Amino acid sequence: MSCRTVRRTALYMILVLSLAGTAWAQSVVPAPAPNSAGAALAALQEKTQELEKAVANAKSAGDNAWMLVSSALVLLMIGPGLALFYGGLVRKKNVLSTMMQSFALMALVTVLWALFGYSLCFHSGNHFIGGMGYSFLRHVGLTPDPDYAATIPQQTFMIFQMMFAIITPALITGAFAERMKFSAMVLFMTLWTILVYDPMAHMVWGKGGFLNASLGGAVPTLDFAGGTVVHITSGVSALVCALYLGKRVGYPHEPMPPHNVVLSVIGACLLWVGWFGFNAGSALNAGTLATSAFVATHLGAAGATIGWLVAEWLRTGKPSVLGAVSGAVAGLVAITPASGFVAPMPALVIGLIAGAVCYFMVVKVKPLFGYDDSLDAFGVHGIGGTVGALLTGVFATSVINPIFQDNKGHALAVGMVDGNAHQLLNQMVGVGIAWGLAIVGTLIILKIVDSVIGLRVSPEQEVQGLDLSLHGEEAYNLEA
Amino acid sequence: MKKVEAIIQTSRLTPVKDALQEIGIDGMTVSEVRGHGRQKGHTEIYRGNEYTVDLLPKIKIEIVLPDDRLEQVLDTLLQAAKTGKIGDGKIFVYNVEEAIRIRNEERGDLAL
Repeated sequence: MSCRTVRRTALYMILVLSLAGTAWAQSVVPAPAPNSAGAALAALQEKTQELEKAVANAKSAGDNAWMLVSSALVLLMIGPGLALFYGGLVRKKNVLSTMMQSFALMALVTVLWALFGYSLCFHSGNHFIGGMGYSFLRHVGLTPDPDYAATIPQQTFMIFQMMFAIITPALITGAFAERMKFSAMVLFMTLWTILVYDPMAHMVWGKGGFLNASLGGAVPTLDFAGGTVVHITSGVSALVCALYLGKRVGYPHEPMPPHNVVLSVIGACLLWVGWFGFNAGSALNAGTLATSAFVATHLGAAGATIGWLVAEWLRTGKPSVLGAVSGAVAGLVAITPASGFVAPMPALVIGLIAGAVCYFMVVKVKPLFGYDDSLDAFGVHGIGGTVGALLTGVFATSVINPIFQDNKGHALAVGMVDGNAHQLLNQMVGVGIAWGLAIVGTLIILKIVDSVIGLRVSPEQEVQGLDLSLHGEEAYNLEA
Repeated sequence: MKKVEAIIQTSRLTPVKDALQEIGIDGMTVSEVRGHGRQKGHTEIYRGNEYTVDLLPKIKIEIVLPDDRLEQVLDTLLQAAKTGKIGDGKIFVYNVEEAIRIRNEERGDLAL
C-alpha cells in the first residue's frame, strides 16, 4: 500500500473510534490505551478540551477587553468630562472648586465602593438592598459571576459598576455649584451613595432586586444603563438640594454667565464619546447588543442636539453652542435607559423629544419657578432621565433585546411597540420609586449634614469665590 | 510735555500703531479696557438666561510726547482711528509734570 493509503486508513480508524469514544468520554476518563488507535483517541479528546478552553478564553478576552475599555471610558466621562463641562459653566472664581468636586468623588466613591458599596448593590440580600458578603471585595475575584456577566471576571464587572457609582453623585454637584462647603459635600455624598444610590442600583440591577428586569424582579423596570439609577436619582436629588440650599448670592439679578464655554464644549464631547462605554458597555459583553446600544446612544445624542437647537433657533433666533452641547447631553441621558432595548430610528426620536423637552425645562420652567439649579442637573438629568425611562417602555422591543422569555425560551413582548403596553406602567413604578427615594433620602441627608457641619459657605466666602476661600487656589495665574 | 490718552475701537489698533510709527512715535502703552460712551451694548443668552453686556471691549493707547508734536499726533490718531460709527472712542490730552528714562535717568524731553 502507498503511504497515502496507510495514512488515510489510519485517519478513518481514528475517526470511527473517536465517534465511538465520545459516547463514553463524559463518564469515563480514558486511560492511555496500549494500542496506537486508543492513544490517538485520547490525544484527540485532550485536544478538543484544549480547544474548548481556548474558545472560551477567546470569547472572554474580547468581552473583557471591551468591558475594561468601557470602564475607562466612563471614568473619562467624570474626569475630565464632567469636570470640564461643569467647570466652564461656573464663574472663574469657582472653576477649581467645581472640578474638585468631581475629582474628589473619583477617589471617595472608589473607596466606599470597594469597602461595601459593591456589596450593597450586587450581593444578594433582600428586594431593596444587598448584603455585606462582598464587603472589602471578599469573594470578588477573577472568575465570572454568571448572574451578571458570564464571560468576564467579576472584578471587571465590579470596576465597571464602580464608575457608575462615581458619576452619579458627581452629577448632583451641578445643582449646588458655587455655594456648597467641600466638607459638607464629602459627608453628603458618602451618605447619599449608601442611602440612595446603593438601594436603587440593587433594586434595578442586583440579584433579587424589586425592579430587576433580567433577574425576575416583581416589577421589572427596563433600565439598560441607568436612566433611573443614575439620572433620575441624581437629577431629582439635585432639585431637592437646590431648593434646600437656596439661591446663590445675587441670583438672578447679578449676571453669572459661564466663564469659559470652550471648556464646557470640550467636556461635553468627552461625555458623548465616554457615553459609548456607559451604554454600550452595559451590554456586559462585546456582542451584538453592545453594537445596538452603541448605535442607539449615538443617534440619541444627535437627535437631541437637533431637537434643542431647533427649539432654541425658533425661540431666540440664535442657535448657541452651549445649547447644542446641552442638547447632546440631554439626549444621551434620555437614551441611557433605552439604549439596549430600542431600534435605531426610535433612538433618534427619543433624542429629538428629549432635546426639545429639556430645552423648555431649562429656559421656561426653571425661571418660572425661580429655583437656582445652577448647572441644570434637574432639567437635563432629572427630566431627561424620566422622559427616557418612560419612552423606553414605549419603544423597547424583543427584536433588539429578548429580555423577557417564557420557560421554553421564546421571546415575549417587551415594550409597547411589541404589544406590551403594561410595560409603561412598570416603567412608571420604577420612575416613581427613583423620584421618591431621591426626594426622601436627600432631604434626610441634607438635614443631617446641615445640623452637623452646615451646608453652605458664608456669604463672604461665596462672594470671594470658593477656589480661594475653600481651596486656597486661583485657577488662572496668567500674569505669572 | 503732554500725555495723549486715546480710547479706540479694538479693530483700529493695528492701523493706529502703524500710523504712529510712520510719523516717528515709538513709545506707547497699550491696554485692553472695557467701557462705553453712548454706544449701546449687546445681549448674550446662556441656557435661556439673558445678560446685557454694556461694558464693551476697547483699546486704550497712552503716549507721552513733547509739546511741539501734539497737533501732528492728534491728527494722525484721528485719521487712523475713525470709522465714522458710534463707538469710535475719545481722545484726552493731559499735561505731564515730569518724564524720566529709568535706564540712564535722563529727564524731560530727552526721556521721550
